[in-house]
Amino acid sequence: MNRKLLVILMLLMVSLFVACGGDDAAAPAAVDEPAPAEESAAPAEEAAPEEAAPAPETQTIVVGYTASQTGSQNVSSTRQVNGLMLWMNQVNAAGGLELSDGTKIMFDHVSYDDESNTDRVQELYTRMATEDDATFLISPYSSGLTAAAAVIAEQYGKVMVTTGAASDSTYQQGLTTVFQAYTPASRYLTGAVDLLAQLDPTVKKLAFVYENSKFSTDVVNAAKAYAESLGYEVVLHEGYDPETTDFGPFINKLQDAAPDAILGGGHFQDGSTFARQINEKNLEVNFLTLLVAPPEPDFADLGDAALGVIGPSQWEPQAAFTKASADEAGMEFYGIESDQFVIDYEAAYDGEEPSYHSAGGYAAGLLLEKAIVDADSTDPVKVAAALDAMDLLTFFGHIKFDTTAESHGLQIGHSMVYIQWQEDGGNLGKQVVWPAEGATADALYPMP
Amino acid sequence: MDFILASVIDGLLLGFVYGVAAMGLTLIWGVMNVINLSHGPIIALGMFGVYLIFGAFSLNPYVAILIVAVLGLVLGVAIYYVAVQRVINAPHLSTLLATFSVNMIIIGLGTAIFSASPRNVEFSLGSLTLGPITLLGTRVVAAFAAMLVAGALYLFLYRTRYGRYIRAVANNRDAAELMGVPSNRILALSFGLGTMLAAIAGGLIATFFPFTILAGGAYELKSFVIGVLGGLGNPIGALFGGLILGVLEGIIPTFMPTTWVPVVEFLLFVLILLVRPQGLFGAKS
Repeated sequence: MNRKLLVILMLLMVSLFVACGGDDAAAPAAVDEPAPAEESAAPAEEAAPEEAAPAPETQTIVVGYTASQTGSQNVSSTRQVNGLMLWMNQVNAAGGLELSDGTKIMFDHVSYDDESNTDRVQELYTRMATEDDATFLISPYSSGLTAAAAVIAEQYGKVMVTTGAASDSTYQQGLTTVFQAYTPASRYLTGAVDLLAQLDPTVKKLAFVYENSKFSTDVVNAAKAYAESLGYEVVLHEGYDPETTDFGPFINKLQDAAPDAILGGGHFQDGSTFARQINEKNLEVNFLTLLVAPPEPDFADLGDAALGVIGPSQWEPQAAFTKASADEAGMEFYGIESDQFVIDYEAAYDGEEPSYHSAGGYAAGLLLEKAIVDADSTDPVKVAAALDAMDLLTFFGHIKFDTTAESHGLQIGHSMVYIQWQEDGGNLGKQVVWPAEGATADALYPMP
Repeated sequence: MDFILASVIDGLLLGFVYGVAAMGLTLIWGVMNVINLSHGPIIALGMFGVYLIFGAFSLNPYVAILIVAVLGLVLGVAIYYVAVQRVINAPHLSTLLATFSVNMIIIGLGTAIFSASPRNVEFSLGSLTLGPITLLGTRVVAAFAAMLVAGALYLFLYRTRYGRYIRAVANNRDAAELMGVPSNRILALSFGLGTMLAAIAGGLIATFFPFTILAGGAYELKSFVIGVLGGLGNPIGALFGGLILGVLEGIIPTFMPTTWVPVVEFLLFVLILLVRPQGLFGAKS
């Protein structure tokens, strides 16, 4: 009888074990409790003798994010995710991160399609923070979607590194666990003003013509205030609707106002149309800087109209942020250099040239990795503290976060790089012209 | 002063093209009392027609516009027989819904095929600078093409047998039928001509502005304003209405922000409807 009872109990135990194992396989890997790994799964009777060191523990960390697989943000979001996944695959392929106690940290991910929709982002980030138990979060692409995700990350105490999100306002609402990789919108164009001041100190008149969107308006208003603080006179400051295709009225106004430099734009389509029509109308301009459009490789299709146009970019392959430049600046360098990133990215994605969105995705993962290494832990509080203390150079540029209560997590180290389309052996190519430490060529001024 | 002159000339050149788009809308209204809500998507199809022909066969865009015009005529006749003919004698709401359905079908299919990504016809005719004024080649040619189209439509309506039939059906369909005019075929032809004009306007716009499959909507709205301005049902009035709207679009930004242009346009639309509903050049009597 006792033997029968024992058998039944054993069968029950086995079936319970199988059921638990099944659940574990279906759910995302556990976060703080290490997932069973091959190294630690050895039966007790095969355990090493007591005097030998225990096998290193392997901990699998789940990183959650949403991707805009559909909707208006699809292209940029896809590149961002490609960059992030490249980082994750590289870390895992290298055997993961090793903490001082010998624990190996491997990364897994949980991800959903946010459909470029704010409501979906809130729903999905809540799900990842609660049901999927993601330890760390990476933002979706775009300022609007990230603003929605940031609130959820803070609510559940999850550390989130944001990328593809430049708006300042997200970081000015008292959040403590959200950290921005991108240069904020308020400093998107200020570097162009600095570049202009360096190129021609006699210039006094500026014009701002920009898309009437939150991002572009924020960027331009900040640049205008900065320019005025430096003594520039703004002779035209006017927005256009996002659907604008005819820039004739603006060009006529610019002709009348005769500024020395034009700054503005918005997104790819309006920016490239504006540049094309400025060229067609033979508007004489010495300095033209537009948002978003110029760094895109397709901008070269404009031909002569692209020549001399400057654009701010979060990252460019040519930007010389290297270990050597870090040593020169007395800074710590972490991660791979740009050249290697480009090679690895192209190899991973069928020769696709990485954009700054791709680099931003990779950088977000890299910052999380560095914070875990510095914290020597995956504890969110310690990782957040490591991010607060971070001040280093990566292939993506200088990284340092604001730690004040007013703007906690706002990126204060990273600067935009400014590219200019220049002619190189009959072909148009991008050159980094600012900041000086990352420049690959002198700026063409006045533009041809 | 130079700045205002340049703006007026830019507006005039654009106004000719607006006029052609509005002629298509007002012709259909004038002949069959149908407000064609598929007008905008057909303008967009004209843009895509030129884009595809230019891209696939490297044909000169103006030759492509000729092909697009023929396709526009055929498409219009097909839309008439499929969607409009059955409800032509029904209340206005039925024809509005019928043409709105066609609008939705074209937008849906177009978005599925082309997505909503902007396209460009990479074509330039250079520019001509006369003192402070720079004339873009594509806009000048578009204005001449629009004048040719308007002249050809006038000759067709007033110098050909089918033109007389169209005018007869527009004036009194029952009387025209009694005189042996095949009114159903004439209505189909009129609808086809209206869509042909929309497609031509779209093709001309594509030579100088980028566009999406949704781009026709803005020109459809302008066509309504122009139609009311020039007199609903009066195609030649529409051409002049287009010129007035073009000049307004050129001048308004010289003394107020450009974003105010649609506000002024639609204020004008309401004013004309209130004060002179027959339009500046007289509506169909």
